[in-house]
Amino acid sequence: MYDVVIIGAGVVGGMIARKMAEYKLKICILEKDSDVAMGATKANSAIVHGGFDAKAGSLKALLNKRGSDMMEDICRELGVRYRRNGSLVLGYSDEDKKTLEGIMENGIKNGIEGLEIIGRERIKELEPNISDSVEWALYASTGAIVCPYGLAEAAIGNAMDNGVELKLNHSVRKIKKLENKFEICVDNEKSILAKTVINAAGIYSDEVAGMAGDTSFDVHPRKGEYILLDREAGDVVSHTLFTVPTKMGKGILVSPTVHGNLILGPTAVDGEDKENRKTEREGFDKIIAESARMVKNIPLNLTITSFCGLRSVGSTGDFIINMPMRGFVNVAGIESPGLSASPAIAEYVVELLENNGFKFAKRDDFNPYRESVEKFSEMTEEEKNQLIKKDPSYGKIVCRCENVTEGEILKAIRTNPKATTLDGVKRRTRAQMGRCQGGFCSPYIMELISKELGIPIEKVKKSSNEAYILSGRTKEDVHNA
Amino acid sequence: MRNVDLVIIGGGPAGMCAAVSAYNAGVENILILERDSHLGGILQQCIHNGFGLHRYKEELTGPEYAFRCEAELRKLPVEVQCNTMVTDISPEKMITAMSSERGIEKIGAKAIILAMGCRERSKGALNIPGTRPSGIFSAGTAQKYVNMMGYMPGKNVVILGSGDIGLIMARRMTLEGARVHAVCEVMPYSGGLARNIQQCLNDFDIPLYLSHTVTEIHGEHRIEGVTISEVDEKMKPIQGTERFIECDTLLLSVGLIPENELSRSAGLNLDSVTKGCFVDQNRETEIEGVFACGNVLHVHDLADFVSEEGEIAGESAALYIRNELKKSMHVPVVTDGKIRYSVPQIVTDNTKNIRLYYRAGAVFSDVKVNVLADGVVVNSVKKKKLVPGEMQYIELKANSVSENTAEIKVCIDKE
Repeated sequence: MYDVVIIGAGVVGGMIARKMAEYKLKICILEKDSDVAMGATKANSAIVHGGFDAKAGSLKALLNKRGSDMMEDICRELGVRYRRNGSLVLGYSDEDKKTLEGIMENGIKNGIEGLEIIGRERIKELEPNISDSVEWALYASTGAIVCPYGLAEAAIGNAMDNGVELKLNHSVRKIKKLENKFEICVDNEKSILAKTVINAAGIYSDEVAGMAGDTSFDVHPRKGEYILLDREAGDVVSHTLFTVPTKMGKGILVSPTVHGNLILGPTAVDGEDKENRKTEREGFDKIIAESARMVKNIPLNLTITSFCGLRSVGSTGDFIINMPMRGFVNVAGIESPGLSASPAIAEYVVELLENNGFKFAKRDDFNPYRESVEKFSEMTEEEKNQLIKKDPSYGKIVCRCENVTEGEILKAIRTNPKATTLDGVKRRTRAQMGRCQGGFCSPYIMELISKELGIPIEKVKKSSNEAYILSGRTKEDVHNA
Repeated sequence: MRNVDLVIIGGGPAGMCAAVSAYNAGVENILILERDSHLGGILQQCIHNGFGLHRYKEELTGPEYAFRCEAELRKLPVEVQCNTMVTDISPEKMITAMSSERGIEKIGAKAIILAMGCRERSKGALNIPGTRPSGIFSAGTAQKYVNMMGYMPGKNVVILGSGDIGLIMARRMTLEGARVHAVCEVMPYSGGLARNIQQCLNDFDIPLYLSHTVTEIHGEHRIEGVTISEVDEKMKPIQGTERFIECDTLLLSVGLIPENELSRSAGLNLDSVTKGCFVDQNRETEIEGVFACGNVLHVHDLADFVSEEGEIAGESAALYIRNELKKSMHVPVVTDGKIRYSVPQIVTDNTKNIRLYYRAGAVFSDVKVNVLADGVVVNSVKKKKLVPGEMQYIELKANSVSENTAEIKVCIDKE
């Protein structure tokens, strides 16, 4: 029996796992997908929000500020890329200026420092490529960018290094409330017992709550499509640029990423289908039109990929973090600013449990540090040479677009949470994430995964078990025909 | 730090032929840096025939062609360092390279030849709506799985783009037991060689849909099908022409892009049409002593012309090292738009004949291709047919231009 079972291995579940690993608890994370960070965590704007726009007094506002204050230290401990680049909310008219002033006032109420309304000249100085129609901006010095799936992977990896178990491909089917414990039924395995259940199931958190008998809220998916440009375009802007928000969200943003790419998006389309991650032509057109309104000459010919994420929009309008029955905690409706708030959400969950009489004892051997898989790229030349001498696989570049070495790829396959698929290697190392999108290196990475895991190469998958890459040997069907 | 007279980056046909000609022209201290584990570049996976018709007057496979180049090279004391990735070139011709064996090292060069080749355009650049399943490959990646590793990427195939690799893979996949249901080309003409259309599609009854593109990708995990649509003359999909084709594999053959990240790190500007450096007839770039040849300079259709360009660059590098490279003028070569580009883009000496390589921007029939020097025709060739998929050349004869010439123009006139 586990003390704690966390359902969902996204950034929220991961942060909670890491936080709870500080205590003397037997913890397990259940994840329905074949890897961690497969939901909203891998497809969002990668922004640590300044915290000025969430409605004053809401849980979103409280946890956004608290999380954003914690983020830099946590990223340092976990070896995750983070950059405080500041953000600008752009306005095009005097009416927009009034809206910006309202947002600033709200931000001040939220306790956010470093907010300022600036005019065109200052904006031009900060962002030379800004469009000529931009008149005003709310500047937030606390805005930052982070690698969201990197953060989730590192948090879960660190939790695992501290003893937390991760069970992938474990889809929760039923939850039975027994006396002082829960019985969790999963696919393909006998049921799991837990004293405490944390529901961090993202887009499915309403269904997981329903399994335990709590039907007090709904979550619906809101599609967000993105376009990602090559690193060559990464310096088009240096701050994160938003437009004046609407009730559907913060609108289209234009931002550098921590890896130096340029990201455009998201759209905001409400839907019902929790698996519909299709991008659509209209979405691309909207992103392109709106980003062009913000920034001049975005080099769209440097597009390397486009994708769609599903935000979990809760029916209450705020984060839903509660304990509907003793020992069962919902962490639901974690839409934006969920990534920013995630470290604070983890603390809040522990506080919620402690305030309700749960007593957790801290362990004295918790190690908060994790070495980044990407560490090689940040080393000096001398350090790199020493490492190559020790381990020659670091001298071999596999992904030539992003300069990722064999050593880093092997480390991603060997380090918690271990990469087992092409996409898993991609998210952990950036190999295949550059301009050729794996054209040159994916066959070689397949060989590395196959060798490391001891499986035939045709069993190496892109992501899920059904996402096979190779259908078999050549000429198999010639003889059959 | 090492010092070498000539460093050649890339050991494909361009780099190997450049090394041989540089050595024969008197450069003794030559180093080839190759990122792969063997020489030959992409030719090693091109196991089909049709290589070397111009150069060797024989029909060779890609590996055979590469082997011939390598055999010539291996007779010479040219140092070849494989498994080595160049990560930076400075404008002062200082090279940073990395390998398991030698770690990160700096190599100073008197001259550099860029011969890094090209890569395939990826799906990302196309922004095709839909899902992101497995089973979408660039044609060259599929070629590697099939020809080098012996695995099939799938059994029911649609190919987007009719570039040569796509056409070759249509035939290859068919021969290996797959069914190729369609080749879609967004342009009203194919981007591949006429012989490949005949031998790879027509001979196997594989339909080619011109002015068609893939407008949606279906399938949650593995690709399950594509929607294809006809496009108008602005290449916008025409509503109502959508058609679903079931498939488990989508191959992309939608263009090749010269790999010029290193050229850019050296501070070189790129031609927006060729996506390669600006060069003169010696294949010298805007930085003295840095030369470029092969697919890194502009995408070729035939390895024969790649080799030839490598030889020009190798010989020029030898002259440069001896300080004998002649430059008596600086005349830009421009085109009329019907001709998309020509290489070289600059003429700095005209004491010898110079071949101006060019590519048409559309299909033209019964036309004259003219070379003008300040508006005066200095050479003219009749062409029955010009297609974008086939590179051509026209001579700029010796002494056609002088240092007073303002502009050379390659253009198309109706016959």
